[in-house]
Amino acid sequence: MQTRKKPFREMPRGHSQTQTPHSLRCGSYHSTSTANMSKQFQFKLVLLGESAVGKSSLVLRFVKDQFDDYRESTIGAAFLTQTVTLEDQTTVKFEIWDTAGQERYKSLAPMYYRNANCAVVVYDITQTASLEKARTWIRELQRQADPSIVIALCGNKSDLSARRQVTEEEAKKYAEEEGLMWAETSAKTGEGVTEIFTAIAKKLPLTAPPSARAGGARPAGGAGSGVDLNRQSANAQGQNDACNC
Amino acid sequence: MDEEYDVIVLGTGLTECILSGLLSVEGKKVLHIDRNDYYGGDSASLNLTQLYRKFRPNEAPPSELGRDRDYAVDLIPKFIIASGELTKILVHTDVTRYLEFKQIAGSFVYRDGKISKVPSTEMEAVKSPLMGLFEKRRAKKFFEFLQGWKDDDPATHQGIDLDRDSMKTVYEKFGLEPGTQDFIGHAMALYLDDDYITKPARPTYDRIILYTSSMARYGKSPYIYPLYGLGELPQSFARLSAIYGGTYMLDKHIDEIVTDVDGKFVGVSSGGETVKAKQVIGDPSYFGAGSTSESGAIRVVEVGKVVRAICFLKHPIPGTDDSDSLQIIIPQNQVGRRNDIYIAMVSSTHNVCAKDIYVAIVSTIVETDKPELEIAPGLNLLGPIHEKFLSISPLYQPTTLGDQDNIFITRSYDATSHFETVVEDVQDIWKRVMGAELVLKKREVEVQE
Ligand SMILES: Cc1cc2nc3c(=O)[nH]c(=O)nc-3n(C[C@H](O)[C@H](O)[C@H](O)COP(=O)(O)OP(=O)(O)OC[C@H]3O[C@@H](n4cnc5c(N)ncnc54)[C@H](O)[C@@H]3O)c2cc1C
Ligand SMILES: Nc1nc2c(ncn2[C@@H]2O[C@H](COP(=O)(O)OP(=O)(O)OP(=O)(O)O)[C@@H](O)[C@H]2O)c(=O)[nH]1
Ligand SMILES: [Mg+2]
Repeated sequence: MQTRKKPFREMPRGHSQTQTPHSLRCGSYHSTSTANMSKQFQFKLVLLGESAVGKSSLVLRFVKDQFDDYRESTIGAAFLTQTVTLEDQTTVKFEIWDTAGQERYKSLAPMYYRNANCAVVVYDITQTASLEKARTWIRELQRQADPSIVIALCGNKSDLSARRQVTEEEAKKYAEEEGLMWAETSAKTGEGVTEIFTAIAKKLPLTAPPSARAGGARPAGGAGSGVDLNRQSANAQGQNDACNC
Repeated sequence: MDEEYDVIVLGTGLTECILSGLLSVEGKKVLHIDRNDYYGGDSASLNLTQLYRKFRPNEAPPSELGRDRDYAVDLIPKFIIASGELTKILVHTDVTRYLEFKQIAGSFVYRDGKISKVPSTEMEAVKSPLMGLFEKRRAKKFFEFLQGWKDDDPATHQGIDLDRDSMKTVYEKFGLEPGTQDFIGHAMALYLDDDYITKPARPTYDRIILYTSSMARYGKSPYIYPLYGLGELPQSFARLSAIYGGTYMLDKHIDEIVTDVDGKFVGVSSGGETVKAKQVIGDPSYFGAGSTSESGAIRVVEVGKVVRAICFLKHPIPGTDDSDSLQIIIPQNQVGRRNDIYIAMVSSTHNVCAKDIYVAIVSTIVETDKPELEIAPGLNLLGPIHEKFLSISPLYQPTTLGDQDNIFITRSYDATSHFETVVEDVQDIWKRVMGAELVLKKREVEVQE
């Protein structure tokens, strides 16, 4: 998908697998009832973790059910969306943000995860150091992200268990202490991938609206209380007071 | 760090980040470095820990101020003009998808010891307490004249030639009093001093129209502001750059700007390594600004100083209808100065501080050797000040254009209350770096098969 040869690819528009109303794009938390009374939600999900642990590979597996043995390090962010349908027909659309490589030299902008509803922090089970890095990210999220953020710790490359350096027990214990979700996955074989995203979808607060901060910073369109710069001078006479409190 | 780049950018202030975003989109290979471990340089927004580290290194933030993460305190007070140039860049580059904006709730002006809303239409002029009955009629005529002006319709010109007649002539034609001229020139045209009065009226006309059209766009004030502070702006352009292949390194000290025998840029060295590039762009602090022991080329000069006081209040500013955010302009004539005093205030509505805290920044261009006294008329309007962080920042300008040495230095953030001069600097540097005008085209999004 991404290589150094093709310098960038900023995300496809409209990549969702299911057809969702256009209004979903604006604002991160919407529930829309359709004819059969199912509900739809949209959440921002960010990926974090050391380089080469398989962040982009996990997304590629989840969104397109593909894997690439010779993936190069991400240049440019793949922004993708994928929808999960739960048993009660509720659909959860993830807007998935990849890091655009900014984490490589400890330079990820806090803006990246500021309004995330959920974060998947990835380590490589064959690299002890990558779990250390994951712990650093989790501390950062606990300090700076919204308190309601759902964090999943994800031990990737489970197909390489012969070279395992991080035991399941160790990671699981840490996750329990910190109140995180935890699973092992293999982007290569697909093992555990859909499961972890589905588990996140279930864990996200699907009933109560999030706090004002959670997922606030999205172009709010007509839905929120912000101003939409893409809407060119819609109200020439400025009777827009109602929308800005 | 062994690769070679097209452009190295030093400092992650807004000017530098817009440039690296635009250059990356254009296909340039960009390496962007900052010595700080946070984005934004002089235009950053800091959390409490960072703020105290900067202003009071020996003091921990008091716990009564609340959680660290709730704060994003701007170092420079500026607002975005709704219909201004920065808005155009935000929309054209699509970085608006990373940001959410809110209006600034009010725009005020100081007159005869009191603050009042800036009237921006003939209707508001009629209601404004800033003018007496007869002056209101004159101001109404003046606004109708501006709104009605059409370049190709001499009937709308009323004998005025905007390109030749001075603003003084225009004011006199409508018989506007000095106090009215003050709020028009300073609170609407946003001039910092009175030099514009004797110059042709056209730029002033343009600025007033920008103000009124921005005002009309969302209703309450001509200004908008990004949630979580101005520091979000450089960060979103940095993401844009990264998405287009830009490489980012924070917390990296630059030891030297390496040049060849002719003084032409070669690369930058850090920790014993040298990274090469064809060109370098950076803020003045990377080119000798503020350092006393600069040997070799003098690349930047100080052209003035700005004094800024970041004040935490526990109440809205008195006399502003409890506005959650505002700008107050104190025109220089009102307080016997040469330069205006600005107050910019934001609050938890903008996710920049804890609930019930109001962050007001009072600033002006330094005219004497007692800068803090100079902003007293502004500080006095705030009511009790809970915490105050004072800074005096030199303004630097590059001494050369970069055409000889491939070194392109940005300007310090000036005392204006908006970002228009930042965009001018971006356009100017772009032209010198790329050899062509900056044309904003809508970014094409490659659709994935
Ligand atoms: C949190 C979040 C982050 C996003 N980040 C990116 C990103 O980094 N890069 C990217 O290319 N897309 C981004 N998008 C947009 C996203 O790719 C599409 O909106 C999404 O795929 C759904 O498309 P759609 O079919 O609903 O809208 P479409 O029918 O594809 O879009 C309708 C129109 O709206 C415009 N449009 C769509 N989204 C936006 C937007 N966010 N801002 C301005 N105009 C828009 C389109 O150009 C089009 O003209 C982001 C969206 C969200 C919610
Ligand atoms: N065996 C195995 N290899 C994997 C797995 N997931 C990813 N990889 C490989 O690991 C390498 C890095 O994967 P990426 O998805 O690019 O990792 P990343 O975390 O996105 O890396 P950066 O973009 O550099 O931050 C690639 O060669 C992948 O093919 C997995 O589950 N099993
Ligand atoms: Mg990647």
